[in-house]
Amino acid sequence: MDKIRSINILKIILINVFLIFFQLIPTKNSFAKKNFIIIQSTTSTRDTGFYEYILPKYNHIDDTEIRVVAVGTGQAIKNAMKCDADILLVHDKKTEELFVKEGFGLYRKDLMYNDYVLIGPKGDQLKFKEIKNIQEALKKIYDDKIKFISRGDDSGTNKKEIILWKNLGLKVNSQKNSWYWETGSGMGSSLNIAVNKNAIILVDRASWISFNNKRNHTIFVEGDNDLYNYYGIIPINPTKCPKSKIGQSEKFINWLLSDKGQELINSFKNNGQQLFFGNATN
Amino acid sequence: MIELTEIFKNSFNLIFTLNLDLIEIILLSLKVSCFSLFFSCIFGLPFGAFLAVSKFYGRGFLILFFNSMMGLPPVFIGLVLYIILSASGPLGSLELLYTPVAMIIAQFCLITPIIVSLTRQVLEQITEEYDELLKSLHANTKEKILTILWDSRYSLITCILTGLGRSLSEVGAIIIVGGNIAHATRVMTTAIALETSKGNLEIAVALGFVLICISFLVNLLVSLLKDFAQRFSYD
Amino acid sequence: MIKNIFKPFNNNLNSLLPIRFNNVSLKLGNNYFFNQLSFKINTNGMTAFIGPNGAGKSSCIKLLAGLIQPNSGEVIFSTNKKIINMIGYVPQKIILLRRSVERNLLHALTISGYPTNEKKRRIKEILEFAKLTYLAKQSARNLSVGQQQLVSIMRALIIRPSFLFLDEPCANLDLKSIRIIEVLLKLASKSGVKIIIVTHDLFQAKRLSDEILFFYNGKITEQSETKDFFKRPESKQAKDFQNGLLLNG
Repeated sequence: MDKIRSINILKIILINVFLIFFQLIPTKNSFAKKNFIIIQSTTSTRDTGFYEYILPKYNHIDDTEIRVVAVGTGQAIKNAMKCDADILLVHDKKTEELFVKEGFGLYRKDLMYNDYVLIGPKGDQLKFKEIKNIQEALKKIYDDKIKFISRGDDSGTNKKEIILWKNLGLKVNSQKNSWYWETGSGMGSSLNIAVNKNAIILVDRASWISFNNKRNHTIFVEGDNDLYNYYGIIPINPTKCPKSKIGQSEKFINWLLSDKGQELINSFKNNGQQLFFGNATN
Repeated sequence: MIELTEIFKNSFNLIFTLNLDLIEIILLSLKVSCFSLFFSCIFGLPFGAFLAVSKFYGRGFLILFFNSMMGLPPVFIGLVLYIILSASGPLGSLELLYTPVAMIIAQFCLITPIIVSLTRQVLEQITEEYDELLKSLHANTKEKILTILWDSRYSLITCILTGLGRSLSEVGAIIIVGGNIAHATRVMTTAIALETSKGNLEIAVALGFVLICISFLVNLLVSLLKDFAQRFSYD
Repeated sequence: MIKNIFKPFNNNLNSLLPIRFNNVSLKLGNNYFFNQLSFKINTNGMTAFIGPNGAGKSSCIKLLAGLIQPNSGEVIFSTNKKIINMIGYVPQKIILLRRSVERNLLHALTISGYPTNEKKRRIKEILEFAKLTYLAKQSARNLSVGQQQLVSIMRALIIRPSFLFLDEPCANLDLKSIRIIEVLLKLASKSGVKIIIVTHDLFQAKRLSDEILFFYNGKITEQSETKDFFKRPESKQAKDFQNGLLLNG
């Protein structure tokens, strides 16, 4: 009788310990209403580790928790239109300006830039020795039907790639052109596929530097004027989205755009290389 | 093949250095899974018993419904919940999107059909056995449910562990409603997805191993407790 | 003191109303098994249902216990709903919960709404009487058949029922267990519980009952006091049955 009673008591204690323990976990994960703002951003930006670097630095100034949802550019913008965001931070200037024009965003400010690079397997590098710029590279890929990976997900990178094809007057789609593959995935996943399939892919330099599965791939084309990649930051318009926390959002945006913020952006390095270049105009 | 062993070596290194981030992710996984399992059991166990015990007009349909819901694609549930919880959706004012609570809700929707169907299945035999007795005692439905639930408690543990396994391995729904946000809604499974997509295969594999170990440990713990309790019980 | 163990909660109910079947019809499959069956049983003394297999004894007692409902007609005890808690039923097949003997008894008390603070005392009392206290914490399913049947009967009696219906309680039991059970039933009957027992054993019926209903083919061909039944059975089937002839139900 006593043994059984003591076992039952033990069970009750265990359960209670469990429940209490779980509630004492770091406050970010507890279920009380948290004070946070949401940034809709892109996977490529997140995968560079940019947010892991910069957000803790903001914690010294303000205790608003900043949650970054990283999806494709297209999805980020759509999410923001549905008011599931306080800030939009993507790298597709045309769409961003339309976003502001239609009233979803309050305004767009330049934040930073980097550039795109074309990468491919070392084995094919000889073919591209004579190539001087991105246009020639793409033309060669098209003519020689070299395997090419596209994001195919409406992201900033994807849109850049499509504009480059368009400017050459070349029509590509995965149905007609068997060498052109659309992954519909984020930058990292697409890079994995390119690396594994010995294909060529357009990627922003920051993502490429941070990518740890490079295998035999290397940079074929870089530095071209057409390959610049501009990041803009947009606070969500409280008129369209009454629940958006405009005060906290603008505080963060202004900090990023300030000298201090820009300095921090420029100081972010991976593998010894600078990934982003602040270009805010004050 | 050489690469593979490198990966495994790195994995074990990562585990044994007890990365703080890793601990945070593991604890959140356990929390979300256990809470959702808890609520699923609170509803699912009695309801499964109810389906086993009562004969009523819509019973066949309900059984069919829950059986089919077991095969519900998680991404679909994630998507539906996302639309509902979005700021522009009907329950947007609750501000649950991108929080662990949304993940718990998603997992609740996915695990409950499993608990209900398995419970009903497990209890069918004992229900038939006790039927005449309970009828002769003129037990009402609630009393019948309590009787068969209590007498089958050890068999039900398997149902619950199945639910737990399912909830620990969930990724599709929770990545949509949770957003896989660092330090907020990132759990083991979503972290594996993330690290894989970043090309950090060692970390991804390490996390996978940890997940398997935890699942194994929990199952071990529960079966030990069960054996221990059974030895002192009257069955 | 011992007599009070089985004393029903509602002692006076018994003396008020006889048990009545009013034109009860019961279908088994497509055919009517009981067709407009009517009879009356007095609430004093023990009654035995006897007859060949399939004659309807078990079905009849199940109707009495409320386990099955007639297709037409009424089974009348009283107009009082409280009567439901006052029936103890011992099924033919022993069904015990996967719990200890003690917990099985507790379960029956809880469901019948026995006052909470008296439950423990009641269980102790009953176990002491049946000399089963040493088995209280044992798993009920691990007992011998005789002990299990004893527990089953105890479970029915523990709630102080006014009526006790037993379906072949002593089938497959050894003589010692049968003796114990019969002593118990006699005591319960003396305490005021109306007992109806279905039995195959003619001698048991002779030993225990005051009244006998003889079932044959879904009809009651004879109803009389026990001594009359055995001295002068009226129907041919009853005569044959007493002579040991195997009849078809």
